[in-house]
Amino acid sequence: MKRDSFVERREPRWRRLEAALESLEQAGRARRRLRRARPAEPAAAREALERLPELYRGVCQDLALARRRLYDAALIERLNRLALAGHHRLYRARVGTRGRTVDFLLRAFPAAVRAEARLVALAHLFFYGPFAAFVAAAWLAPEWVAAVLSDEAMAAMESMYDPSAATFGRASESDVAMFGMYVMNNIGIAFRTFATGIVFGLGSVFFLVFNGVYIGAVFGHLTRFGYGGTLHSFVVGHGAFELTAIVLSGAAGLRLGLALLRPGARTRARALREDARGALVIVAGAGAMLLVAAFVEAFWSSSGFPPRTKYLAGALLWAGVYAWLLLAGRARAPR
Amino acid sequence: MKLDSLLLVEAPEGVELSLRPAGPVPRVLAYGFDLLLRSFAYGFAGIVAGFLGGVGVAFVLIAMFAGEWFYGVLFEQLADGRTPGKRLMGLRVVAENGTPPSWSASVLRNFLLCVDFLPPPFGAGWFACAGGRAFQRIGDHAAGTLVVHDPTPALVPGAPRPAAAAVPLPVPLERDEQRALRELFERSGSLSPARLQELTDLLAPLTGARGRDGLERALGMGADLAREG
Repeated sequence: MKRDSFVERREPRWRRLEAALESLEQAGRARRRLRRARPAEPAAAREALERLPELYRGVCQDLALARRRLYDAALIERLNRLALAGHHRLYRARVGTRGRTVDFLLRAFPAAVRAEARLVALAHLFFYGPFAAFVAAAWLAPEWVAAVLSDEAMAAMESMYDPSAATFGRASESDVAMFGMYVMNNIGIAFRTFATGIVFGLGSVFFLVFNGVYIGAVFGHLTRFGYGGTLHSFVVGHGAFELTAIVLSGAAGLRLGLALLRPGARTRARALREDARGALVIVAGAGAMLLVAAFVEAFWSSSGFPPRTKYLAGALLWAGVYAWLLLAGRARAPR
Repeated sequence: MKLDSLLLVEAPEGVELSLRPAGPVPRVLAYGFDLLLRSFAYGFAGIVAGFLGGVGVAFVLIAMFAGEWFYGVLFEQLADGRTPGKRLMGLRVVAENGTPPSWSASVLRNFLLCVDFLPPPFGAGWFACAGGRAFQRIGDHAAGTLVVHDPTPALVPGAPRPAAAAVPLPVPLERDEQRALRELFERSGSLSPARLQELTDLLAPLTGARGRDGLERALGMGADLAREG
């Protein structure tokens, strides 16, 4: 068949596909911008949707013929563009349903954490090991602590947790500001701890160890020199969420690195893609935990409740977080 | 050896769709524009927040956090794979098979920006782009995505130079060779005479002539192929 008669015969189909895609695009735009759809649009879009698969298949066939018969490049380009647009419209990724948040919190996230139990345990080690070492160093080897904490940092910490400070409760306005600060700072750290794990896990290890060292040094130093009362009651509440979330982010980063180091029987690219899914679930949950931690830290931890209450609440929170991660969603089948 | 940065993707319908991945330069420019836009937004938010005290501070900080980590994700998912910077440069994010990227792919590729950025500026990203076939940075490799030119740069064929006479092929040619000859004829209008001469001189073994004669014969063969289609 000559090129011109080919175009003549098939062009109506191409125009119909162009029109169908256009009306779907307009309907989508209407829905996204929440503007009221003009009267003809929904019906036109429905009709377009019904005809789309058939038109798209037809255009694919025409493109294959045009390539085969070596028609001119401009025609092939036009058909390619049209087919790509149809392909794009038809093959979208699956859209989530509404009840997913609850399922995520109660089943998917804890299950994902349990699925990576070994890496989670390793991440705990990378964080709490240095933490314990540097807490002990405050008594046994204070020069280590001095190496980590500069004099100004130490002084700043001490003044923050000074038990003789007159005003320990902040004004409520600055509580909100601190909430924002904690969100930006802590969640950013967690995401970076995860992302840098792709460098064969080294980034995550670095961040876990570094944070463990620093936090342990601060903890040990303040506890040794009499600021322990204020410090402990302040941090015990949000620590359950914050520290655990950092550890989990590190575990997710280790998962990425491990996919590159030991892909098993898969290519590294494929291993990365498959394992990243589970890792992202963990990171998302860690982010949610840090949001809660920011909330607790900003509004509860610095409040004027007596220490006993805070310790009790803290103990409950720690127990609760681990119970949730270890037990939630075990009996349920995935939705 | 293929010099073209064309990626052929096979659709389930059995047809090959061609994508044109974008190199690092347009992508960096798009990123720069997005960064500028975000900075203006933060500045504006800061001014507004100045009137709101503590709440304002929280607002700006959370806005900055959301902007730095989720700007790309939101635009890629809700605006057809294009952030404003990418829209300006005519780029779009797609999955490796040409479909729109999934949420987890968008999140992964955007979160890994902080890794691609090191050593600054975008050292690892440049390196990764240089390595593969499809200009994928580390985030793209992990998420299975590409950044493509969309719309593809338009072909401007111009009118083909009229050939003296259609010349039948002396020997049967491969499909690729036929296509090359035919495209030479179609694009002869947009090539400079010197360039055209240079190309047709390369075809001397086929046309059996060089110079003006060879050019006429080569174009004649191309015209013959074009006419036959």
